[in-house]
Amino acid sequence: MTASVDTERTITLTVNGVPREATVPVRRLLSDALRHDLGLTGTHVGCEHGVCGACTVLVDGDPVRSCLMLAVQVDGHEVTTVEGLARDDSRGGQVLHPVQEAFRECHALQCGFCTPGFLTTIAAGLEKRDNAAELTEEEVDDMVGGNLCRCTGYANIKKAVHHANAAMRDAQ
Amino acid sequence: MKPAPFRYADPGTLDEALAVLSAEGEGAKVLAGGQSLLPLLSMRLAAPTTLVDINRVPGLDAVEVTDDGVTVGALVRHNALLSDDAAAGVQPLLARATANVAHPAIRNRGTTVGSIAHADPSGEMTSVLALTDGSVTVATPSGSSAVGWRDFFVGPLETSVHGPAVVTSAFFPALPARSGTAFAEVARRKGDYAVCGAGVVVTLDAGRRVERVRASYVSVGITPEVHDLTEAVAGKPVDSADWAAAGALARTLVDPDTDIHASADYRRLLVGVLTERTLADAAAEAAGRAA
Repeated sequence: MTASVDTERTITLTVNGVPREATVPVRRLLSDALRHDLGLTGTHVGCEHGVCGACTVLVDGDPVRSCLMLAVQVDGHEVTTVEGLARDDSRGGQVLHPVQEAFRECHALQCGFCTPGFLTTIAAGLEKRDNAAELTEEEVDDMVGGNLCRCTGYANIKKAVHHANAAMRDAQ
Repeated sequence: MKPAPFRYADPGTLDEALAVLSAEGEGAKVLAGGQSLLPLLSMRLAAPTTLVDINRVPGLDAVEVTDDGVTVGALVRHNALLSDDAAAGVQPLLARATANVAHPAIRNRGTTVGSIAHADPSGEMTSVLALTDGSVTVATPSGSSAVGWRDFFVGPLETSVHGPAVVTSAFFPALPARSGTAFAEVARRKGDYAVCGAGVVVTLDAGRRVERVRASYVSVGITPEVHDLTEAVAGKPVDSADWAAAGALARTLVDPDTDIHASADYRRLLVGVLTERTLADAAAEAAGRAA
């Protein structure tokens, strides 16, 4: 069998739990596909070369730069964007993810441009760890070190990471 | 900042990948993790006619550990290698260096073999391949062969591999007995490209005296190099060896460049500092392993 060589592909993927389909040029970046083809503008596009972290989404649960993946590469995979972090509550509304709640509580955002990337990165980081284990400053630095924020100076973001970890621990 | 148009294939076997690479000709490029390639495409520093995505090729995502060393498949992500305790047991430099490769989100996607094939002088794993005297396996339509690191790295972002080929794995030999390693970097921000990085291996003799000292640097020189620093500390007892002398020797051996991030002189200074620092750590580890 010979592999097909294409300039356009139709992909199916699950985004925030919802099956989606899109027909995209093969050169379409995942970040652009999410925003332009799927209308999910919560994912912010900053540097477009993997440095700023604003476009970070979860692919099969792991944080990745959506500007450093092609949309065709997530065919058949599961993507979570910042829009997928909040959960539906029993009264038809939504309840924020503990990390989102902590950002509000700790004033961890100002202009908000970088926030979607921080939220997805931290949510995945805290969900993967044992929240009862002590959260060291080094671990927090490593978790958020790949995301740039030009407003906050990071102090409140790091505070929010601790806050969210404690909330997730207490909820267990 | 969008990639120029290209054609795309995601073959399901290595043979198919090689067939597509052959058919598409010189403008075709292999895509694995894409964490170095995608920025090059977006900045239009590269414009391949075809991307051959090997992510669906089976059998390339394994880390094989034997007493002889560690074989890392082309689709092993940096983070998978970083958390592989068996691999770290045989060659500790793997985990130590991958911990310095970019940020966690990039390590989730980027592959160790991909960054070796990318041959960036600021790559950590190119230096580690050299320092461990490793090799890569290159598959072509006419068969597979092993290529030693000295023959593989030709220049910045340039390897000896031409034509339709896929680097399917990298082999890192095991750490020798009575040896210790260390790896450290100086970067503007943790996870950014290193202004300078150093990996070292110290080997002791049966009497806990220094037998052999080797170092390899990151962001210094145009291709990975291994420098033998033994003469500065040869035969000295591990507890009283003058690691600063080895650092001073290293400064005379390297030939760093000036760029926007640092001058050549500053890089040379960092080579000395990082060499002294890492050698002390590696020697302590070697002493522990020799005990």
